[in-house]
Amino acid sequence: MEQMIKLTIDNKDIEVVQGTTILEAAKIIGVDIPTLCYMHLEDLDIEHNPGGCRICVVEVEGRKNLASSCNTKCVAGMNIKTHSMRVLNARKTVMELILSDHPADCLVCAKSGNCDLQTMANNLGVREIHYKGEQSTYRVDYSPSIIRDMDKCIMCRRCETMCNVVQTVGALSAINRGFETVVSPAFEMNLEKSPCTYCGQCVAVCPTGALTEKDHTNHLIGDLADPNKTVIVQTAPAVRAALGEEFGMVPGILVTGKMVAALRNLGFDRVFDTDFAADLTIMEEGTELLQRLDAFLKGDKKVKLPILTSCCPAWVNFFEHHFPDMKDIPSTARSPQQIFGSIAKTYLANKMGIKREDMTVVSVMPCLAKKYECQRDEFKVDGDPDVNYSITTRELANLIKQANMDFVTLPDEDFDNPLGESTGAGVIFGITGGVIEAAIRTAYEIYTGKTLEKVDFVSFRGMEGVRSAKVDFNGLELNIGIAHGLGNARKLLEEIRDGKSQYHAIEIMACPGGCIGGGGQPLHHGDASIIAKRAAALYREDAGKAIRKSHENPYIIKLYEEFLGKPCGELSHKLLHTHYFDRKDVIE
Amino acid sequence: MAKIKLGKDKLDKLIEICKSFNNESSELINVLHQTQKNFGYIPAEVQEVIARELNVSVAHVYGVVTFYSFFTMVPKGEFPISVCMGTACYVRGSDKVLEEFIKQLKVPVGQLTEDGKFSISCLRCVGACGLAPVVTIGERTYGRVAVGDVADILKEYQG
Amino acid sequence: MGKYKMHILICSGAGCRASASELIQNKFELVLKAKGLENEVQVVTTACFGFCEKGPIVKILPDNTFYIEVKPEDAEEIIEEHIIKGRQVSRLLYAATINKEVVSNAQNSGLHKKQIRVALRNCGFIDPENIEEYIARDGYSALGKCFEMLPQTVVDVIKESGLRGRGGGGFPTGLKWEIASKYKADQKYVVCNADEGDPGAFMDRSILEGDPHSVLEAMAICAYSIGADQGIIYVRAEYPLAIERLKVAINQARQYGLLGNDILGSGFNFDVEMRYGAGAFVCGEETALIYSMEGLRGEPTIKPPFPTESGYKGKPTNVNNVETFANIPVIINKGAKWFSSIGTEKSKGTKVFALAGNINNVGLIEVPMGTTLREVIYEIGGGIKDGKKFKAVQTGGPSGGCLTEKHLDTPIDFDNLLAAGSMMGSGGMIVMDEDDCMVSMAKFYIEFSVEESCGKCTPCRIGNKRLYEILDKITKGEGTLNDLDLLRNLSGVIKDTSLCGLGQTSPNPVLSTLDNFYDEYIAHIVDHKCPAGRFKALLQYAINPELCVGCTLCAKNCPVNCISGERKKAHVIDFEKCIKCGACMDACKFNAISIQ
Repeated sequence: MEQMIKLTIDNKDIEVVQGTTILEAAKIIGVDIPTLCYMHLEDLDIEHNPGGCRICVVEVEGRKNLASSCNTKCVAGMNIKTHSMRVLNARKTVMELILSDHPADCLVCAKSGNCDLQTMANNLGVREIHYKGEQSTYRVDYSPSIIRDMDKCIMCRRCETMCNVVQTVGALSAINRGFETVVSPAFEMNLEKSPCTYCGQCVAVCPTGALTEKDHTNHLIGDLADPNKTVIVQTAPAVRAALGEEFGMVPGILVTGKMVAALRNLGFDRVFDTDFAADLTIMEEGTELLQRLDAFLKGDKKVKLPILTSCCPAWVNFFEHHFPDMKDIPSTARSPQQIFGSIAKTYLANKMGIKREDMTVVSVMPCLAKKYECQRDEFKVDGDPDVNYSITTRELANLIKQANMDFVTLPDEDFDNPLGESTGAGVIFGITGGVIEAAIRTAYEIYTGKTLEKVDFVSFRGMEGVRSAKVDFNGLELNIGIAHGLGNARKLLEEIRDGKSQYHAIEIMACPGGCIGGGGQPLHHGDASIIAKRAAALYREDAGKAIRKSHENPYIIKLYEEFLGKPCGELSHKLLHTHYFDRKDVIE
Repeated sequence: MAKIKLGKDKLDKLIEICKSFNNESSELINVLHQTQKNFGYIPAEVQEVIARELNVSVAHVYGVVTFYSFFTMVPKGEFPISVCMGTACYVRGSDKVLEEFIKQLKVPVGQLTEDGKFSISCLRCVGACGLAPVVTIGERTYGRVAVGDVADILKEYQG
Repeated sequence: MGKYKMHILICSGAGCRASASELIQNKFELVLKAKGLENEVQVVTTACFGFCEKGPIVKILPDNTFYIEVKPEDAEEIIEEHIIKGRQVSRLLYAATINKEVVSNAQNSGLHKKQIRVALRNCGFIDPENIEEYIARDGYSALGKCFEMLPQTVVDVIKESGLRGRGGGGFPTGLKWEIASKYKADQKYVVCNADEGDPGAFMDRSILEGDPHSVLEAMAICAYSIGADQGIIYVRAEYPLAIERLKVAINQARQYGLLGNDILGSGFNFDVEMRYGAGAFVCGEETALIYSMEGLRGEPTIKPPFPTESGYKGKPTNVNNVETFANIPVIINKGAKWFSSIGTEKSKGTKVFALAGNINNVGLIEVPMGTTLREVIYEIGGGIKDGKKFKAVQTGGPSGGCLTEKHLDTPIDFDNLLAAGSMMGSGGMIVMDEDDCMVSMAKFYIEFSVEESCGKCTPCRIGNKRLYEILDKITKGEGTLNDLDLLRNLSGVIKDTSLCGLGQTSPNPVLSTLDNFYDEYIAHIVDHKCPAGRFKALLQYAINPELCVGCTLCAKNCPVNCISGERKKAHVIDFEKCIKCGACMDACKFNAISIQ
């Protein structure tokens, strides 16, 4: 039984379960102690409480120094003051110290208005910095996806936890000591030279402007203004479930129609849906799964199972860097973003009667790794990328604001065709477990030849890091594994490497929660419940769709008839599949 | 896939060192000590190998190397000069002795002279406070060093 | 000491080694051999006798004669005169600085007066590389005695003795053991913290070099009482001799069945391994030390959980420092009552100090708790060097504070030092004279804290840096009175909010100098002068008009032409233009130019 203890916070008596921190206890009675480095993403089971910033200090009667409330546990009989003069002075002085080593360029900072540090300094009423002195200066590191401006780092080290503990990527570590301490890749190299996967989870949790995404909106505005360019856009499923948050709407509201209207207002010539490409991905990946399964069951020793999904570019980067020995296990199907780009610059350009080089393909993604993915050489034809620019949900919100639109009152509009029609299966690509659910809906019907009556695979859903489920394919029991977060993916990969994996197919998403929790999404500022609300929104959209299986999408059927032939056919292989590289450093 | 050149001898030695500590990541500091003993310093390529052998990230290895002042990524001079900056030596003027070495050799702390002969570093208390201020050059210890002694001491090595 | 008639003990502490004690040892052995005495007289290297100022030290047993500043070439004379003819070599005896009385017996020298050797009981008396000598002095008998007691009884004895941790904090050792013994776990650890890092402190090193077995025995006793079977010694890599001696001691103890399985037939298993520090002061903090042992950056975490609950590899871990352990076997052997009869009410036993700085007898001393600073500095330490005036004594290293004249008669113990604004720390004691600038001392210690801060928490990482910058400004004569308010507020906040003990105590040198030497701060800020003449920026060269004959030599030598005056009349220096190079002073033949 849980033991209860009594204590007093700000003159209020309270009873809490043993093990509760002062911060949590205070929250129960409505006292919101300010924090900066602390991060607790409850739904995702991610906790980071190093107690480094010292903003959350409180006075505990009888104790000689102040206690950090985020990681000090309540003790029976404690008498706590959360805003005594001593506490306020300490908090303000600590904040002044942080600001004394932080550039004062808030007005032009990418994080301005969305910065935890700025908000906290304002809340604490800091109006002057009494302590001045040397400031840390570092070279700004530009990678294809992420910009590191460590002058703005306050050593909260949330990024380090995301990169090492949650994602097990190991691109970042605290280096040096004392005033020189900073978070950095090894040897202070550029991120590009590190094993970084560009998952962007560091950016998603950075409380300041130290980690931001590489902004591509300026290039995009240029192309939109160019009369010789046909600029088309695709939007990923997770974007519509989060974009509204940037305009003050409550999390979990779908803004698909408003988003389409806004994109059209911005001047895009065609507004399409990545969900269409997701349906196409299912056709290819699902077929590949069945082919491999079939060969495997027939005893072909060259065929390996499980098959792993490949639509997450950060995940692709991860296995290329960390598990290159297993690069033949994931599906060869490209990600929906790239499948879309490839079809747009061939099939669509042809249909529209324009030349490839006159078409600009833009993607709006919840993701930072997509920025890197679209500039990979294998996705270029004669140097021209299939997808020219990939912008994040946040960048799109910025563009809409710059274009003076009142987003909340925009009337709903529909996607253009042919690449705008999608099924419910394509929609749920944005959530962990969604891709495999979509794939099973199609694979089941093709394999068994029967109609799937119940399309909702509830056992695939949820926020647990590693999940497994069984599906009955007409007497053949398929074992399905699902992992989100690269640390969880690593566990499944190690099982495979050790020959202990029981799975036939595994879905992996790099970001916790899947794309809805992507590094390019509106910042959750530590409230991970937002991610579950976005998931619910996408499941709602799926449930409301008339067609919920990818292979029933009429435009997909038409595309195969008119252009591709059959799934995993020759043209598909050329346009919709890819190959992977060994990116591990070799030491001789 | 980047290629890192190290040479087979060095690589084998490193693998041997890591193995002698059962390739356990918790032995990283011992491995680094052993490595520095063998190579004199711990350059980036060496850290890459250690990371691979102990199955930790290179960033982590670098984070540890840069945390502990005992570890160095730059080679030391043929005659590494260390000036003790412990309190006992400081109150007996070791700061001035350090300045004099810097002045005479024209290199800042932590760097190598052009001919590779000398490098200067500061250290905290060698525990020979009775001899303060203390300077060590290689294995040799000089006690009660005065600013005026610096030139003579250096002469012993300049040959 | 067996078959030999006489012993020549040669100190091989780091201090004496630096002054060629190895060469001396070789020479003695050669001479003995040449004279056919090698079977009658044994040359033994021992650890620090505590008299580093006059090293290398050679002691002759059994008559306990004490020779100082011995050179290799003295070996011949010492053997010929003392060993063979029984006459002391008077020119090598220690002449006490104050009364010039020649002291030959080690027990009578000023340095050894007032001292009681508990932790250092064997240092300098035994060959640390020979377990037999340790055993001959009751070594490992305490461990045997413990095996006849219940583990809880051992804990009770230590509790009753009143022993408090010697590493800095002064936490009751018995209580710590009791806590560790209460946690149930499949594996527990005993850790010896030998990461002595205070600049100017070398107590632990001397014990490890001089009496390693006392630490091993104590660790085994601790392990027995808390239910651990694995010990780890975390020792600074900068102490190669201590490491070497520990390794020898561990091997010998294993050979004698005093480490390993079924020790002394008791059924109790215990072994010890070593881990090395790598130059990070913060690793003396026990949580940081444990991270460092696990191969990580030594960054402290908050307590609780204390290591006694969750330490090395998440298991209950009891961490004590070297000196604390060195006290344990004696307490078991002589009893808690004996130990608690030494010292003050709340601080029992003795404390080892490393006496250093501007004092005549630099060295290692061990005094009962409650001894006054005056006794330590004047009676044991022989007073201030070169007849200068005492100004302050710094205790507790970078975490401590500066104590002054008014504290000289304060009995030294944990609580009195804290009350006086300093702390016991690990035992560094650095004496400063009138020529030491207290603002610069504060700056020196803060610089140390800046360099050694792990960088994890804001107040220590940035706050100490800002303290340093303000102090630097003041020492350059650019400070303002407002800076003093900033120093006080910031120091208070750093103490109040830092994550670990290092940060929480780092502003102590600033606060204690502000309290005790406020005038010096004011002199720097208001008068732009450093009373101790420490800083060039604050120096002023001036010409005494009464001594100046107007020879113009100074003006000719001034590189910036800031000296003016008519021939044969007194000259004047323009302070604004002066770059304080000192060329004028060197040139003047009439001593008319001085520094103010």
